[in-house]
Amino acid sequence: MMKQDTIHINDLSIGYRTKHEIKRVASHIQARICSGELTCLLGENGVGKSTLLRTLSAFQPKLEGEITVLGREVGSYSDKELSTTIGVVLTEKCDIRNMSVRELVEMGRSPYTGFWGRLGKADKRIVEESITLVRIGNLASRMVHTLSDGERQKVMIAKALAQETPVIFLDEPTAFLDFPSKVEIMQLLHHLTRSMNKTIFLSTHDLELALQIADKVWLMDRTNGITTGTPEDLALSGHLSGFFARKGIVFDTETGLFRIDNQYSREIRLVGHGQRYAMVRKALQRNGIRAVRNVESLVWIDTGDRGTGSAFLICYPDGHIQATDTIESLLQQLSV
Amino acid sequence: MRHSTTFLMSLIVASILVLMFLNLVLGSVSIPLKSVWNILCGLGNEPVTWQNIVWKSRLPQALTALVAGAGLAISGLQMQTVFRNPLAGPSVLGISSGASMGVAFVVLLSGSLGGVALSKLGFMGEIALSVAAVIGALSVMALIVYVSQKVKGNVTLLIIGVMIGYVANAVIGVLKFFSVEEDIRAYVVWGLGSFSRVSGNQMMLFVAIMAVLILLSFLLIKTLNLMLLGDGYARNLGLNIKRARLLVITSAGILTAIVTAYCGPVIFLGLAVPHLCRAIFQTSDHRVLMPAVLFAGAALALACNLIARMPGFEGALPVNSVTALVGAPVVASVLFRKRKNELNE
Repeated sequence: MMKQDTIHINDLSIGYRTKHEIKRVASHIQARICSGELTCLLGENGVGKSTLLRTLSAFQPKLEGEITVLGREVGSYSDKELSTTIGVVLTEKCDIRNMSVRELVEMGRSPYTGFWGRLGKADKRIVEESITLVRIGNLASRMVHTLSDGERQKVMIAKALAQETPVIFLDEPTAFLDFPSKVEIMQLLHHLTRSMNKTIFLSTHDLELALQIADKVWLMDRTNGITTGTPEDLALSGHLSGFFARKGIVFDTETGLFRIDNQYSREIRLVGHGQRYAMVRKALQRNGIRAVRNVESLVWIDTGDRGTGSAFLICYPDGHIQATDTIESLLQQLSV
Repeated sequence: MRHSTTFLMSLIVASILVLMFLNLVLGSVSIPLKSVWNILCGLGNEPVTWQNIVWKSRLPQALTALVAGAGLAISGLQMQTVFRNPLAGPSVLGISSGASMGVAFVVLLSGSLGGVALSKLGFMGEIALSVAAVIGALSVMALIVYVSQKVKGNVTLLIIGVMIGYVANAVIGVLKFFSVEEDIRAYVVWGLGSFSRVSGNQMMLFVAIMAVLILLSFLLIKTLNLMLLGDGYARNLGLNIKRARLLVITSAGILTAIVTAYCGPVIFLGLAVPHLCRAIFQTSDHRVLMPAVLFAGAALALACNLIARMPGFEGALPVNSVTALVGAPVVASVLFRKRKNELNE
């Protein structure tokens, strides 16, 4: 599969122009988005993610700089050309009543249909393909207003697919969804970039998911502007940890993911490995105890992988060993 | 699905034919069926009074109701879609208030300033009323269209429209206050709405104008469908939102203006018929809804006209009372039943 640069952004400034002043949201943005890749835009609320997306999709004019989509300046596209180049999935919730899922997906074909919007055979085929790709075939005859948020999001993605645009922008597609739906949507989008060589760019607050699934990540903040790269490169270069350097969140360089930073009151030696080790460590950390393999402590814990069955062992300085069956009772014994 | 749509549509068309026929046959003067037929075909020697009743009263009235109902319903559908608001209707943007203001100026001022009560002017007075109503409605509409190009949000526009309506009503109030009682009565009667005011040549003009406007409004079907998705998605699918809003509001506004000029501010039909059709046809697709509201609006207006003229009322019942009194329960029950079905699903 060929990866190509679809979108070039050069020295871009975004914001709002009112009668009296120019409100600059971000400036000197330098980046590119490639086809066949899922690119995620991360940033705090109010940092200008939506403004950036709206500017890229030509919903609002840029202040300065260049946005080149498929080799052409985005401003030079006509409404009609744009509608066959960039598809969007927005945060605004469509409260459409009395419209079936299929009808909504058919709307995606309207840039291609004639004056009355009648669908030809080819259009119908593309609509069905889009519905199949997003795996909402069982919903096709349902009314849109009876769907759950996650299902509706998939329908809007199917609409964008029916639009047959090489580029798709999504503004927080995983907001308001339950966790499995979030994962499903992200995996679906990732799959689409691979299978159809689409250029997919989305903003999200689900950083764990983004860091695991995205091919490229854009970090947007007020001081540094936009930093781009693969999640792994950004982790190594320290950008990720710097980006979310806030109280209570630490970037775990071992796993490449974020976790909640606990304040530790004491340390304890923990022996063991595998999942049982990880779980005990996690539980202790939550209770303010830093559990490490190579630390000396009077009381230490063995996660019980040494042929003692399924018990967790608390080893006291006097040689006494207490076995507990669950982590809950282990915590009780340690009186935390 | 398609099947039942066609079936329902032909049912409504059939009901129009039946209602049209009943409108010609029933009335406070009883004329035998056969005579009505003969008069329409120009056969036989039926009494001249009967011929006059059929040709100069019942037929124009029925045609007026038919066309006005269709126009108001289409206008209402367009308004509800463009504002994405189920409570929007032809009267919501102050367009019918504008028409009322125009009429109020003519009716109430002619008495106070000119010293002639308009009600005594007869035919000239009728024309003056129509012209005043059209001017009033169109000037409010021009204002709305101007505002629509300036403000972004639909809700803002809707509120501004409602405010313009209030201003118009306030002006009417002031005019009323300084008018003689006779003129106020004439104005109130106009305000009750009627399909019987249009006669002869004027009727032909009215029907012709409306036919053209209704045909033109059908050109906006794809635009309206896209607007259902909301501004963002509609733009992304290649729709020029500003121009689309301009076209739809203008279309709906002119339809309302013309109908109001000829029939007075007929309420309810424009608001209710689109809801009725959405409930019956279970769709938001304007390719179905536009013809549906056209026919249903016409049918409902004919039915209301018939009831207003029922023997016993002696043609005295104002159309507005009938549209609301008879129509409201019907529409409410249809929507209510639909709601229950939805809950049972």
